[in-house]
Amino acid sequence: MAYELPPLSYPFNALEPHIDAKTMEIHHDKHHQAYITNANNALKDYPDLAAKPVDELIANLSQVPESIRTVVRNNAGGHSNHSFFWKIMAPNAGGTPKGKLADAITETFGSVDAFKEKFQAAGAGRFGSGWAWLVVNKEGKLEVASTPNQDSPIMEGLKPVLGVDVWEHSYYLLYQNRRPDYLKAWWNVVSWDQAETNFVAAK
Amino acid sequence: MMTRRDAIKTVALTAGALTLAPSLLQGENEEKLTYPYKVPDLGYPYDALEPHIDTLTMQIHHDKHHNAYVENLNKALADADPKFQKMTLEELLTDLDQLPEKIRTPVRNNAGGHYNHSLFWLMLKKNEGGKPTGELATAIDKKFSSYDEFKKKLSEAATKVFGSGWGWLVLNGKELEITSTPNQDSPISKHQVPLLAIDVWEHSYYLKHQNRRPQYIEAFWSVVNWDYAGERYKKAMA
Repeated sequence: MAYELPPLSYPFNALEPHIDAKTMEIHHDKHHQAYITNANNALKDYPDLAAKPVDELIANLSQVPESIRTVVRNNAGGHSNHSFFWKIMAPNAGGTPKGKLADAITETFGSVDAFKEKFQAAGAGRFGSGWAWLVVNKEGKLEVASTPNQDSPIMEGLKPVLGVDVWEHSYYLLYQNRRPDYLKAWWNVVSWDQAETNFVAAK
Repeated sequence: MMTRRDAIKTVALTAGALTLAPSLLQGENEEKLTYPYKVPDLGYPYDALEPHIDTLTMQIHHDKHHNAYVENLNKALADADPKFQKMTLEELLTDLDQLPEKIRTPVRNNAGGHYNHSLFWLMLKKNEGGKPTGELATAIDKKFSSYDEFKKKLSEAATKVFGSGWGWLVLNGKELEITSTPNQDSPISKHQVPLLAIDVWEHSYYLKHQNRRPQYIEAFWSVVNWDYAGERYKKAMA
């Protein structure tokens, strides 16, 4: 089965004014689609690998033949990351973390504000293209991380709770070089419900 | 007394790696390539490359992105051993291993960003469909069989950079070579001499071309300053 572009569960303009409609449209319909097309192309002679759910595929990259490993890492990584990203954002979202995740954030980082600062610094400090993450590590603890390009924490055996895309294509039309402004605005569209679901599933 | 410029020349003459790299900017501009660094003037108006590269992109790219590399480089060097502050940009980049670990990555990224962009501005000029001439043209034909074949290969290399980076035509020793680097890595860190550069960070083209990087690369060929690339080739081969 070839991978398919998951539909956005909200309109392109649903995250305005924090993320603009045109960015959402190009990001989803063009960039995400390109990762899927390239991943499917690379996997077309490997039906067993192509049959795996994308997160399972990228969790075991060492099983992917070397000749296609980098292409799969980049493009299946891109597919996994973007599929995750659309769900971690929602209209009328934002606010503060709840439930068990809120407790764990406070316990690990001291406060929600301290966590946000650390997460934004990880995003701003990622040189070039990549992602910033809140993950559950192998000890079951929360951790802020960042990955280059389309690498996923799943490739390292970590479980993502939150993730923000800091490729320039995520924010350039609205924010240009001001990545920190984008990162600050991004909190207004975070679905803490989804983050809580991710956290509970990861534990 | 030896001036800073004489000192640079002496170093350039004595250090093997540096003789491979012709100085980035000629004449008085050389002075600016030491700490504290400054963003060089563009040398032409922001709209000079229209319609191939748009004015707003040039303005943000030069005034904001390039400036940020310069600021971050100065910040990284501010608390470093003064001996690193006295080095030229090229000296820093041609031997990154000599740098203390604390400043190695920020210097690699930001000195690289400063150097690459300083070169890039000089390499751009509306060419009205022009092609390389003289010795460089001969060398390109010899190495790649034709200009069109060369153009295709460099376009492919630039298209294929995953994430942020650059496509390059370099001299590796005395051989022309097409290569690419991730992020702001510079060919001079591999002791290659850059002759032509294309920035494929999304900030180079996103306002005008969005996800269509190949369209930007096609437009780039209309703004290659072949005179400058030819001069660099001659100087490096001399």
